[in-house]
Amino acid sequence: MNEAYELHSGETHIEVHKFFPGAIVVVTAAALVFQASAPVYFPKLEILDLPLLVTIYFGLSRRNPSTGLLLGTVIGLSQDALSGPTVPLGFYGIAKTLVGFLASSIGARLDTEHPAARFALTFGFFVLQQAILVLVRRLLLAQPEAWFNVHLAIAAAVNALLGTVLFVGFDRLRRR
Amino acid sequence: MVAIPSKHKSLALLGGVLLAQVLLLAVQIKRDSRGRLIRVWAVTAASPFERSGAWGIGKVRGVWTHYFALQSTSRENEALRIENDALKLTIAQLQSRAAEADRLAALLNFKRQHENVPMVGARVIAASAGTASRTIEIDRGERDGVYRNMAVITPDGAVGKVIETFRDNAQVLLLTDRDGGAGAMLVDSRIQGPVGGTGEPTLMMKYIPTEEEVKVGEKLVTSGMDKIFPRDIPVGTVMEVKAGTPFKLIRVQPAAKLDRLETVIVLLTQTPVEFKTEAEAQGTQTNGQPGESGARNGSGTTPAAAVKP
Repeated sequence: MNEAYELHSGETHIEVHKFFPGAIVVVTAAALVFQASAPVYFPKLEILDLPLLVTIYFGLSRRNPSTGLLLGTVIGLSQDALSGPTVPLGFYGIAKTLVGFLASSIGARLDTEHPAARFALTFGFFVLQQAILVLVRRLLLAQPEAWFNVHLAIAAAVNALLGTVLFVGFDRLRRR
Repeated sequence: MVAIPSKHKSLALLGGVLLAQVLLLAVQIKRDSRGRLIRVWAVTAASPFERSGAWGIGKVRGVWTHYFALQSTSRENEALRIENDALKLTIAQLQSRAAEADRLAALLNFKRQHENVPMVGARVIAASAGTASRTIEIDRGERDGVYRNMAVITPDGAVGKVIETFRDNAQVLLLTDRDGGAGAMLVDSRIQGPVGGTGEPTLMMKYIPTEEEVKVGEKLVTSGMDKIFPRDIPVGTVMEVKAGTPFKLIRVQPAAKLDRLETVIVLLTQTPVEFKTEAEAQGTQTNGQPGESGARNGSGTTPAAAVKP
């Protein structure tokens, strides 16, 4: 688990990245605490979704759908638990489970190291997560929710931009 | 070379995890349970870091403010700097703490004016970890006498109610949350109706018949009908009125700055309390004696409004 190896799928050779021990746990915990604390002092930071960015990054890098979806589940359920009793456990959990699974599945098929690819994927996953959240709210919780608006489009772009920058920093946590 | 993990295995795991979470959602809705144990673990694990973060940010802000205060002072008063160093340092320190002092003074003043109402000040240490809810976490809990359904306010106005308590922390549901709200009353027309959140920064006043006249700019205060907030705490100001069927659509700007709360007051009682009027509160301050509570002049002016920092 501590070394990089390669997946050989047909003609493609995609490197599977491993990280320093504890890196995933520390980054995940830091993202959750930041997500809960930062908007108290800087309300505009509410637009960010660091737990989602962490889910996407480690999903794309580890390229193992099982670990990707389990990491997404843990992050999502933690976010639910820290969001107060009005957010039922499983709300973010379901969305991030699917994002983690899809990110690691895509990561296993495509080279997602280029910044443009990372921007596009992060933007897409943000929109996907929003769509899942709306579906869960409408179908499972029977609560009204807008599908998409300008604010969410801006949030998707901002998170994609931040993700592109942040992922370069996360790359330094990889074991060579 | 490592074999590619089985696609079917991953899909089966995905299906199982999703199904488990859907069932978890269903159980919570049916039993009105909120998975308290998992929340206790998560909040207990996160709160030391959140407290450290709050402390660290306070320190960084202090250093930042000091640095720039000294920088700007040195540029403007270069010739006098040496002579006035001690004095300027004092001024810089005072400036850096002015905002916090004002805030705390307002809370203290408010508390002194309402000695008959048990209350405790609290610092906001975290907010909701997602945009799906509007909650905050405060550094007071059951050990400080904070329990569910207690009202949370600031000198500016109503904030929300305590929705979950732990030993040293509590979570507060803001008025702007979808599930948040309070019984409210228009100050001029005395029309009563619930005010609730929509998940956005503004509130909506509900169930006001179309034939009632509501003016933009009119103030709202708590009505006391919800048995959580005392009467006459400022709630907000009407910012938009639209005709609707059968009820008006009334958008309200909250009186308290709900998007930038740093300190709040928790009212440590779940029994209805009467806040003193402005005149009574002033009398208390002047005479140093508690005023009579309960008498209301119906003017809609409140002590809370009178002690804005």
